[in-house]
Amino acid sequence: MLNTVFRLVAPRRFEVEFNDIDLHSGQIIVRPTHLSICHADQRYYQGLRPAEILKQKLPMALIHEGVGEIVYDPTGTYHCGDSVIMIPNTPVEKDDVIAENYLRSSKFRASGFDGFMQEHVALQPDRVVPLEPTVDKIIASFTELVSVSVHAIRRFDTIAHARRNIVGIWGDGNLGYITAIFFKAMFPEVKLYIFGVDQEKMSQFSFADDTFSVTEIPTDLMIDHAFECVGGDASQKAINQIIDHIQPEGTISILGVSEYPVPINTRMVLEKGLRIFGSSRSGREDFLKTVALYKERPEIIGYLSNIVGAQIEVRTIADMNLAFETDIHKSIGKTIMIWDK
Amino acid sequence: MVFGVILAGGVGSRMGNVEKPKQYLKVGGKPIIIHTIEKFFVHDEFVKLIVLCPKQWVENTKNLVRKYLGDGADHVVVLEGGATRNETIMNSIYYIEKEYGLDEETLIVTHDSVRPFLTYRIIEENIRYGKEYGAVDTVIAATDTIVESETGDVISSVPDRAKMYQGQTPQTFNAKKLKELYLSLSEKEKDILTDASKIFVIKGEKVHLVQGEVFNIKITYPYDLRVAESLIQDPKNMK
Repeated sequence: MLNTVFRLVAPRRFEVEFNDIDLHSGQIIVRPTHLSICHADQRYYQGLRPAEILKQKLPMALIHEGVGEIVYDPTGTYHCGDSVIMIPNTPVEKDDVIAENYLRSSKFRASGFDGFMQEHVALQPDRVVPLEPTVDKIIASFTELVSVSVHAIRRFDTIAHARRNIVGIWGDGNLGYITAIFFKAMFPEVKLYIFGVDQEKMSQFSFADDTFSVTEIPTDLMIDHAFECVGGDASQKAINQIIDHIQPEGTISILGVSEYPVPINTRMVLEKGLRIFGSSRSGREDFLKTVALYKERPEIIGYLSNIVGAQIEVRTIADMNLAFETDIHKSIGKTIMIWDK
Repeated sequence: MVFGVILAGGVGSRMGNVEKPKQYLKVGGKPIIIHTIEKFFVHDEFVKLIVLCPKQWVENTKNLVRKYLGDGADHVVVLEGGATRNETIMNSIYYIEKEYGLDEETLIVTHDSVRPFLTYRIIEENIRYGKEYGAVDTVIAATDTIVESETGDVISSVPDRAKMYQGQTPQTFNAKKLKELYLSLSEKEKDILTDASKIFVIKGEKVHLVQGEVFNIKITYPYDLRVAESLIQDPKNMK
């Protein structure tokens, strides 16, 4: 079936192209309804990725966070009209040891192949997760981002030693906020401190035990483990600050993306015997855990609603540009496209 | 009940020297008519898809549907079209009446088989507004200035472009209403009213507009075929 794909062909330029979805491939067809813009999409849209990367990846449909409705399911697993969350990670092999989101062979939407800015998205049946009708689709649209936090927290649970009196999260942006919400939901007994730069943003972390400005951290303040949710140019400062304030044998979970290599104080990493682990993306299990938490802890949805930014109805390419341009000028929050293609 | 009615009655006389009617030409390795049928096939509201084509192409069309849709071919019935576009639509209504009966809720979404680039949204809005208003036309705002000429050599008027739209398909109708209106026309009126939505307008019925897409093109000329082929080109795997 012919399918309309809205690909970014050059920075700030979307064009209509078509592909042909094979109705006999066993894939299910989802019609996206709510799509959420991520920093990674913006790096392509604004042409901030290196020129050779842009040349290699474009034209490509952006967006890897979204929900949609089942249109066609030859497997009979779903009914037409069922709401589902789409999983962007697409493994092509099974591995008993390595998680699907770390397999080098896995493809990722809006990175290795077309993302969700399409009329229909064809997916293997295990690449969607049912969405409870009670969950607001606007909030559910950025479940992928949430699942990345959940994934990192689950890994923390298997890697970090058992002394978990105080955990710190560096970063007061969307990722820091989401990681903090879910950490508190999954480990309510652990004291959670937030380290950021913007008092206004940090005031939203009402569920955390304390917040600190990164320029005024008490020298004797120590944490057992930390999550770095900063990324970009500030990664170096954040990671080295964590190294200064972490107890021996603590774990540092890095989630922030940086375009450049980051120098860190390895002498102190050695002296303290720290474990630093990276987390990126997520897999089906993380989505299922996230959706289960939405159900078990409904207050999470309320907290997540605080970071919903502009909601833009998209029917034309001009609307797509408007959504991305609006997203650039936000200070915090997620820009959601109400996708009506 | 909602029915998809795919109009493939044309004989392709404007297509140059090709032997086949244009809807049977391949684009992206698949006959255009199959692309169009597939767009309707995945829409779960249709009780049945009715394809109407020239008599000598009925068997061939059935074969194509079986080849490309497999078991899904049961969802499609191929019938012979009429002498005119409206007669072809009437054939679909007679079929529905015979097999399912006509009532106030019977809706037909009629579509040119040579417009394979229509979208799910266009079909969905045709059904939604069809249920609400009883008649729907799919249009896009005119980009060229429309010029009217009574004689063909001088302008008689230049209508305000802001009020001009170009008609596309689908066109959606309450089947019972369309049948009543059509049968009330004189033979002379039937000759003039080549467009089904015009019948509604002439009879004072409201026809709701649905926004089409610029790319919902009608493959009419060899040029269109090249455009269509280039639109489908997919340079990457796993799209």
